[in-house]
Amino acid sequence: MEILVCVKRVPDTAENEFELNGAGNDLDRDDLVYSVNEWDNYAVEEAIQMVDNAGGSVTVVTVGDDESEEVLRREMAMGANNGVLLSDDAFDGSDGRGVAAILKAEIEKGSYDLILTGAQADEGAGQVGGMVAAMLDYPYASLVNKIDVIDDKNIKVGREIEGGNQEMNEIALPCVLSIQTGINEPRYVGIRGIRKVAKVEIPVKGAADLGLDAGSVGDAGAKTRRVDYFVPDMGDGAEMLEGSTDEIIGKLIEKLKANGGL
Amino acid sequence: MSSIIGPASYKLFGFFPTAILSFIVPVIGIGLFVYIMARRIAPLVRAAPDSRFDRIDQRIKNLLVIWLGQFRHPRYMLAGVLHIVIFFGFLVLSLRSTSLVVIGLSDGFVLPGFGGLLGSVYNFFKDYAATFVLVACIIAAIRRGIYKPKRYAVPETLGKDHTAEAVFVLGIISTLMISESLFEASEIAYTFQVTGQAHFLAPLSLVWIFKGMLSSASLEFLQGMHIFMYYVHDLAFFFFLCFLPMGKHFHVITSVFNVFFMRVGKGNIKPVQHGIKDEELDNLESFGVKRLEDFTWKHMLDFYSCADCGRCSDQCPANAVGRPLSPRFITIKARDLMFKNYPMSGEIYKSKLLVEDIFTEDEIWSCTTCGACEEECPLGIEYIDKIVDMRRGMVDEGMVPQSLQKPLKALEKRGNPYGKMEKKRADWANEKEFKAHHTVKDLGKDAADTLFFVDSITSYDDNIQEIARRTSIILERAGIDFGILGKDEKDSGNEVLRFGEEMLYQDLKAQNTEAILESGVKQIITADPHAYNALKNDYTGLPPVRHISQVVAEKIATGELALKDCQDPDQVYVYHDPCYLGRHNGVYEDPRQALDAINGLTRVELEKSRDRSFCCGGGGLMLFYEPEEDTRMGVLRVNMAAEAGATVIVTACPFCLVNLQDAIKVAGKEGQIEALDFTELIEQHLK
Repeated sequence: MEILVCVKRVPDTAENEFELNGAGNDLDRDDLVYSVNEWDNYAVEEAIQMVDNAGGSVTVVTVGDDESEEVLRREMAMGANNGVLLSDDAFDGSDGRGVAAILKAEIEKGSYDLILTGAQADEGAGQVGGMVAAMLDYPYASLVNKIDVIDDKNIKVGREIEGGNQEMNEIALPCVLSIQTGINEPRYVGIRGIRKVAKVEIPVKGAADLGLDAGSVGDAGAKTRRVDYFVPDMGDGAEMLEGSTDEIIGKLIEKLKANGGL
Repeated sequence: MSSIIGPASYKLFGFFPTAILSFIVPVIGIGLFVYIMARRIAPLVRAAPDSRFDRIDQRIKNLLVIWLGQFRHPRYMLAGVLHIVIFFGFLVLSLRSTSLVVIGLSDGFVLPGFGGLLGSVYNFFKDYAATFVLVACIIAAIRRGIYKPKRYAVPETLGKDHTAEAVFVLGIISTLMISESLFEASEIAYTFQVTGQAHFLAPLSLVWIFKGMLSSASLEFLQGMHIFMYYVHDLAFFFFLCFLPMGKHFHVITSVFNVFFMRVGKGNIKPVQHGIKDEELDNLESFGVKRLEDFTWKHMLDFYSCADCGRCSDQCPANAVGRPLSPRFITIKARDLMFKNYPMSGEIYKSKLLVEDIFTEDEIWSCTTCGACEEECPLGIEYIDKIVDMRRGMVDEGMVPQSLQKPLKALEKRGNPYGKMEKKRADWANEKEFKAHHTVKDLGKDAADTLFFVDSITSYDDNIQEIARRTSIILERAGIDFGILGKDEKDSGNEVLRFGEEMLYQDLKAQNTEAILESGVKQIITADPHAYNALKNDYTGLPPVRHISQVVAEKIATGELALKDCQDPDQVYVYHDPCYLGRHNGVYEDPRQALDAINGLTRVELEKSRDRSFCCGGGGLMLFYEPEEDTRMGVLRVNMAAEAGATVIVTACPFCLVNLQDAIKVAGKEGQIEALDFTELIEQHLK
């Protein structure tokens, strides 16, 4: 099975303290450390396990700048066979639809049986997977937490439904799936693993290589634009209880009783 | 007939010379033994290299103290003394057994030099040796077979009980002792009856007793007994020799080698592969121990040498709290695998991944590397290096629990396991009250002759930052010109190395080494024993490193630090030895001396203290690991302190403090007992 996994480089939520920049329209990115979007690790792990069992190969792809190469290498250190970096000045400022269009162009260049994305990205909108599927006219399942291969035409995918219920669906290949965390336990990638793939050639493709009209992607093609970025004001509903632990517990119990919670 | 006929001249049924037997039994016995040993050595030949021929003086000392001196045995008094008796009995009787083999071919043979006085003296002692060994065997058999001390039990999941083998071997040893004594007693009784010559015998020895019992036996009976007992001994001796390499009694043969080659360093971790320099690590195909043959030959020798005495697991804190780790079974399972994969005949089996075959991942992650097992083992068997090697293998295969992946990634990106910003590493010095009275030099800007290496937990943990401030105040008062590396300091990597992430450790080590050397300091002081250990034993080329407790003890002795009377004289203090200060670095007395320098302070000792200290739960990355366990190590430790009558547990390690403080809450002992860091107690008492 030929599997393509779309990954993204994001500021690491575990290792950063986020502050807004001076202009107030983005994070202050000076001191940020980046890593692979957490959901994408699960998608890559799942792809590697499927290939281990059923044969084939795993390709990881990302849309980004030169620095995004590091996330491709990390996923290749996990065990992905190939990496492709889609990078072009014309891609800068792409909205979700733009990114989906870029990925679609790359997907059409290959012959993949299965396209995986993370369910969402740490600083994203959870929209690219669905858009790619729509653009390719592929079937799509979101929030997938289980994959069973039936044959080379069909697979069975599970989705966790609100309230902890599980749904199983049969879906025809090729298809796009967005992968939920918890589907597996992603393997560890150490520095040694990354160094082993440090010299592997990663092809870089731009708009021309993909046959994309520069005006259809990037800033030029974006139809959504971020106009503001802020930390919401504390709502009226939130009240911080103060005092010692015992006092706080006392107050909390009182409030719960007063409001019918106990 | 004036004298008894020996086995070299005796003719069975009047025609068959038993000398033939005396020849055949040793030839077959030795031949078989050589074959068995060759098969047993096969895996060692295929094992990873290990350099164990350094520091010969220390190795000879170990041989004299730990092997010949049996120094670790009395730590378990009854078992230890029994073993010492059997051990020395064996040493004494080995000469007798050797000469007995020759006596079967040449009547009256004596070893060169044993003809005169020396021979008489030797005979006197060897008669007692045989007697004492028999008595020790009987007591040991009763102990193993009837009283069954708990530490010998084998959990159902780990195979069958080992008691039968133990008692069987005690039986063989007893047979050897009795047959040797009867062989001799029958001859003496015979000579006495025929010639009336009385032979001096060690009173109350086995020979003496048997001679008395045989004094009225017929000459034919004595002659028959003499020959029969010779061959009972001969067969038992060679059977025993060939049986030894089949199980836990292999240590009779291997122990002398195992102790000679045991680890002589303290606190350090073995290189990924002996003979490969740090710079060459990238060239290695695979890291760590994944399969049996990835172990070094010494580690395999350890597996062979285990006597199954259970002392390691009896001391192991992970075992005590019900984690899936028992050091004894690390060895037993590996030895069983060696026996299975390298059978006595036929093909050698290909080994599988150890963590899928005989170990589990959780088992290997459960170790806190506290070192209690190694400190106890009378045979010098190692565990930490093996655990670290297996973790290196798991890290290389990507088998790292999710709970550890996050802090490891944070260490890679930010140089600390919490993922906090580098620039905030020195924020502890900005606390309002501290800052109003004290300044801490940043060695990036100012020079000083001493580096205070803070390390991650003391830099970033809100609660533990107090240790950094108190240490600074103590250093200031002791007149030490010191500074910190601030954002240039990275985690010391003590646990990064011990959790098998070698390359990340190498990275941290390189960054710290560069920053430290660049700062030009002449000494390093830290309040974190894990940092102390890493900088002292794992890093190379650094200025001398000391723990704050050593500095305090020294400055009290020189009078540069003076301490007030105890501020809280009603409390009962107990000192908990941190593993990486005590066991791994031998710093036991300095913290105690400092505490005792506080006038009016009442201090008690824990039963498990100094080199038998009980781990609080582990430091560094161990704080992030989520083990399966029945209770916490810290809870057991707090209960021990309560039993000792303490109301304040003083420790000298930030991780111990975290674990013990948590444990006090879990144990429901808040208000009854509290945990305090050494620096806090000392700083409170500075004059």
